[in-house]
Amino acid sequence: MKYAETGFSLEIDLSLGRIEKVESDPRDTELYLGGQGIAAKILFERVPPEVDPFSPDNLLIFSAGLLNGTPAPGANRTVVNTFSPQTNLMSHSLFGGFFGPELKFAGYDRIIIRGKATDLVYLYIHNDQVEIRDATHLRGKGTTETQDLLKQELKDQRVQVAAIGLAGENRVYMASIDHNHASASRGVGVIMGDKRLKAIAVRGTRDLHVARPAELFELAQALHKKIGEGDGNGDWMAVDEDDSFHHNHFAWGNARTRRKGFWSDELQQRWTNWKYDHMDRQTGCYNCPKKCRNVIKWPGRPRFGYKCFGKDTYHMAAFLELDFTYEILGVAQEYGLDSYSTPQVIAFALELLEAGILTDRDFPEMPADSRGRFFYLLEKIVRREGIGDILANSVSHAAKQIGNGAEAYDHNTTKKFEQLPIKLGKLNPAYFLMIATGEKMSITQIEGSFPQDPLPTREQREAFVDKWEAPPDEKFKQYFLEWEKRDDISDQATCEIVDWNEAMHYIDDSTGLCGFVSSFRGQFGGGVAYHMNNIPQIVSCATGMEMDKERLWKTFQRIRTLVRAVNVRRGLRRKDERPPEDHWAVRDEKYEQELLSKYYDFKGWNSEGIPTRRALERLDLAYVADDLERDGILTADETVRAGVPSAESDSIQG
Amino acid sequence: MKTGSSARTVKEIKAEIDKCTGCRACEMACSAFHAQPRYSSVNPSRSRIRVVADEINDEYVPVRAGNFTRSECSGRHTYEIDGKAYSECSFCRASCPSRDYFIEPDSGLPLKCDMCESVPPLLEPMCVAVCQPGCLTYEERQVATQVNEQETQEAVERGLESLVNKYGIKAVIGSLNRTPKSPQR
Repeated sequence: MKYAETGFSLEIDLSLGRIEKVESDPRDTELYLGGQGIAAKILFERVPPEVDPFSPDNLLIFSAGLLNGTPAPGANRTVVNTFSPQTNLMSHSLFGGFFGPELKFAGYDRIIIRGKATDLVYLYIHNDQVEIRDATHLRGKGTTETQDLLKQELKDQRVQVAAIGLAGENRVYMASIDHNHASASRGVGVIMGDKRLKAIAVRGTRDLHVARPAELFELAQALHKKIGEGDGNGDWMAVDEDDSFHHNHFAWGNARTRRKGFWSDELQQRWTNWKYDHMDRQTGCYNCPKKCRNVIKWPGRPRFGYKCFGKDTYHMAAFLELDFTYEILGVAQEYGLDSYSTPQVIAFALELLEAGILTDRDFPEMPADSRGRFFYLLEKIVRREGIGDILANSVSHAAKQIGNGAEAYDHNTTKKFEQLPIKLGKLNPAYFLMIATGEKMSITQIEGSFPQDPLPTREQREAFVDKWEAPPDEKFKQYFLEWEKRDDISDQATCEIVDWNEAMHYIDDSTGLCGFVSSFRGQFGGGVAYHMNNIPQIVSCATGMEMDKERLWKTFQRIRTLVRAVNVRRGLRRKDERPPEDHWAVRDEKYEQELLSKYYDFKGWNSEGIPTRRALERLDLAYVADDLERDGILTADETVRAGVPSAESDSIQG
Repeated sequence: MKTGSSARTVKEIKAEIDKCTGCRACEMACSAFHAQPRYSSVNPSRSRIRVVADEINDEYVPVRAGNFTRSECSGRHTYEIDGKAYSECSFCRASCPSRDYFIEPDSGLPLKCDMCESVPPLLEPMCVAVCQPGCLTYEERQVATQVNEQETQEAVERGLESLVNKYGIKAVIGSLNRTPKSPQR
């Protein structure tokens, strides 16, 4: 019997209309856990590097995390992977809610989709009944509208639906896949649209077994309590009305302008009223005690749910206030547009107009006010009309297509992907490395275990460290105790901190744990539910696999290195690993490049950021080394130069 | 007429539906608690509590499985509370053919909430224990029940008389003799 996973994948070929239920190899679970770990292996093995993201041979994979559906609270994230036309690299995204657990109860760990349908279809999964069905009647329907229509059509309120909106249908690069007021962005919605797959509706009534029931349930109950009662978990932005941090420190417009004294008590009161006067309730995801999503009904607009920084992006790009975000967010979510990148694309276009690179002729009949212009451009983009057809390809691609100096306004992307609008003074070395080398494209998907800034006094740092359960090793506590200035920390410590931050996200995204009970919350000190010290026991109780901290750490390294190999094979090199030039005001190219080299060494990658054979073999990835050598990406005599002591030891204490 | 009084425990789960976040931890915990062996599997379809949820309508109602009924009722109740319409059957606890709640997915047999009665007893039913948002709370009340001994006596005699009429005195006496001794009340 399988534990925690079902042991089966669904293989769907939309070109041929073929559906297969395929037993998976238990060895993959041992090596890659599940979620993005196994998805990365599938993408490596089955999508050759020359395959264009828009080719029918590109795969779109929906995976349940390894712990989805088990009693472990907060393990509900569904992982979506494919290759993105925006970056031409592996696309990695997740959404919360109920989909992944439901997929497990239907008897599948993942859905692997290849090919393209001739017209819009949806996939209906009800245990063993799996059908590709016509979805032309859903053309142009909104994301939650589609969920509602499918529930009615299938006469089942319990069916869990993931759908694209008009943005995905029109292959807008910023398109998201939406489910239950949660959405997966960063390059997955465009591919779902390209495959002409409007939605997946899944319903399952099967048992999901766990290996050591009583022990796991007791752990789960304690975690329920810990997550529910304390403030160490969940999205504090759902309840904290003081959002001066983002508004005073992040950049407005096209990631340009900081407004340091923006926040005020009067404003906070006004915004709080807007929120509570229009909020239906706060909702949670499957089997998680937190309620991170605020569900808002704004007059005349579709109901929507948001969490975290998603409530700020539109009005900060438009230099407006929260009421504008509330007005536009429901519309944008029905279209299935990512709320991080889309406002930046719009602000970028308006900057080009101001600069005279685009002219009024490119924006026929556009209103004069910021509010009206954002709505105008949203419509143009989602319908790919006029200038919208170019803007729908994201900032970097649009800048190239427009030319005439537009490239200079593409100032906030890395690997052609829109970054968070942050412009700071002095460099934070760990953040330099994370933004440079991150392959989840957004810093929010990489950061989170080690604090972003030092605390001012030794006493405060000691108090912080005292309650800090998350560090996998005492050395991290020491690093924090001794850390006084943001940019003054040893290269060795920087490499290890980045490694730990990454480790937690790679484990979360393979197990389906949410960052708000795990990877993202370790940095705030005590009380985080999941960390390197307790995840091994939970994985072991759920799956029956032997697992300890060292083995889990090595599993992270294996998945991380495999993702790197997937991207290296598609051309990712050192030259691409550059944070936006204006991310920090004070830069030191020589220091940064030295640090990057040290980090590559630490990871067991060569000077181009390519994993060496030795590193690959140590992580049971010899087949990857063979492949990279065959393609001439790796030469057989590649060695790692001596730099900082590397992460190659099996022990994290190493 | 002799009367006596005794106390009966009423177990009560209160659901404050405005506090429900729709997380369905109650379903997870219920299905795990009732799995054989205990906690060995999770399957919300086996749960004896279901959150009737319609997120489009902002509707979240946790309902415990009640009695089984062979056929669905001929009419429907709909409720409107504070201006919000609730979908039909939202508050109904029946295991009923009109929906697939409270029906064992494999056997088709009805499910009914047993308040997680077990040996040793739980402090509170599992669904309540995992409801961190505080929507479900548990209370035990002692309710005094009046016992009228004369009425009880008459009821027993009426019952016996009908049994004797139907099966004959011999069969009834034989059955009574074969009945294992039940614990004294």
